[in-house]
Amino acid sequence: MSRLARAAGLFVATLLVACAGPKETIVLLPNAAGQETAVTVTQGERQVVLSQPYAGARLSRSGAEAFPSNAQQVQTQYGAALAAQPLPPAQFTLFFVEGKDEFTDESKRVVDTVFAEIAKRPVVDVIVIGHTDTVGNDALNDALSRQRADVVRAAFAARGLAADNVVTIGRGKRELAVPTGDGVAEPRNRRVEILVR
Amino acid sequence: MTWICSRRLGRALLVAVAGLGLFEAAQADVGQIKVASGQVSVERKGQSLPGRVGLVLEADDVLRTGADGSVGITMRDNSLLSAGPNSILSLEHFEFDPTTSDGRFDARLRRGTLAVVSGRIAKKSPQAMTVRTPSAVLGVRGTEFVVSVDE
Repeated sequence: MSRLARAAGLFVATLLVACAGPKETIVLLPNAAGQETAVTVTQGERQVVLSQPYAGARLSRSGAEAFPSNAQQVQTQYGAALAAQPLPPAQFTLFFVEGKDEFTDESKRVVDTVFAEIAKRPVVDVIVIGHTDTVGNDALNDALSRQRADVVRAAFAARGLAADNVVTIGRGKRELAVPTGDGVAEPRNRRVEILVR
Repeated sequence: MTWICSRRLGRALLVAVAGLGLFEAAQADVGQIKVASGQVSVERKGQSLPGRVGLVLEADDVLRTGADGSVGITMRDNSLLSAGPNSILSLEHFEFDPTTSDGRFDARLRRGTLAVVSGRIAKKSPQAMTVRTPSAVLGVRGTEFVVSVDE
C-alpha cells in the first residue's frame, strides 16, 4: 500500500514537473577523469556558465535560470540517453624490438587486454598507429612504422578481428613518445598505439 | 620572378585542392552508431536509413529516435553522443584532423534528451565544439553533460 502511495506520489510529482517544466534543461555532470570542466549556455546576449557537478540551467522565454540538480534527477530524466552512451574509446600501447616489426614479450600480454576490450563491443573500429625511434632515416622509419602497424593488424586478424575494422597508419619517427635527438635507440618510442572504439 | 610567383601560386592552389579533398573524405565518415535500441532512423540527403549498430555517419546526418528508441554514437574525435526516446539530433558540422586534433563540431538537439562526453576537438580548443538547442548555444570545455528539449 505504501509502495503504491509512493508510486502515485512520484507519478504526481513527475506530472507536476512535466507540466510546469521548462522547455530546455542543461546539467553538467561530474567528469570521470576529474578534469576541470564547464559548459557555457548562451541565450541571445545572456550567458550562464555551469562549472560545478550537477549545476543546471533551465531555459525559458524569460532567460536562463541556474538550478542545482542531482544524480537522481539526472537519472530520472536522462536515464535512457545515458544508458545508450557508447563505451569510451580504450587506448593501448605495444612496444617493439629494436629495428624489428616484432613486439616485445610483455606486449604480447597486452594483446589479451586489447581483445578483452574488443569483445565488450557489439561493433568495433580499431586504429593502429605505428611509430619508431630515431635510428635510421625517414624512409626506413616510415616503412618500419607501417610494418609494425600491419603486424599488429595481422595478429588481430589471426584472433578473429576482421581487417575491415582496422585502420593502420605509420608515423615513422615524427611523433616520439620520449623526445630524443636523432639516431637514438629508445625502446619507449618503438611502439604501436592502438585505439579501440 | 613572375614565373616563380605563378609556380608558387600553382603549388599553393594544389595544396589547397588536396586539402579540400581530405576535408571531404573526413566529412564522409564522421562517426559510427555503437548502440541502438527501439526505433532509430538516420535521415541523409532526403532518405531515411535504419539506424543500426555499425552504421557509419556522415556530416549533416539527422538521427531520430521513436518513443521506445535510443541511440549512442562515437565520433571520430572520440566524442560520445547518446540520445533518449523521441529525440532529433543533427550532426551539423564535423571536421577533424586526427594528427593535430584541430577541427570543428556542431551538433543540434531539436527535441528529446542528449548525453554528451566531449572528445579531442573540444579538448584541443574550447571554442571548437558547440551543441545547439532551439534557444541556446552550449559551449563545451572538456565536459560531460546532459541536455533536454521539450516540445
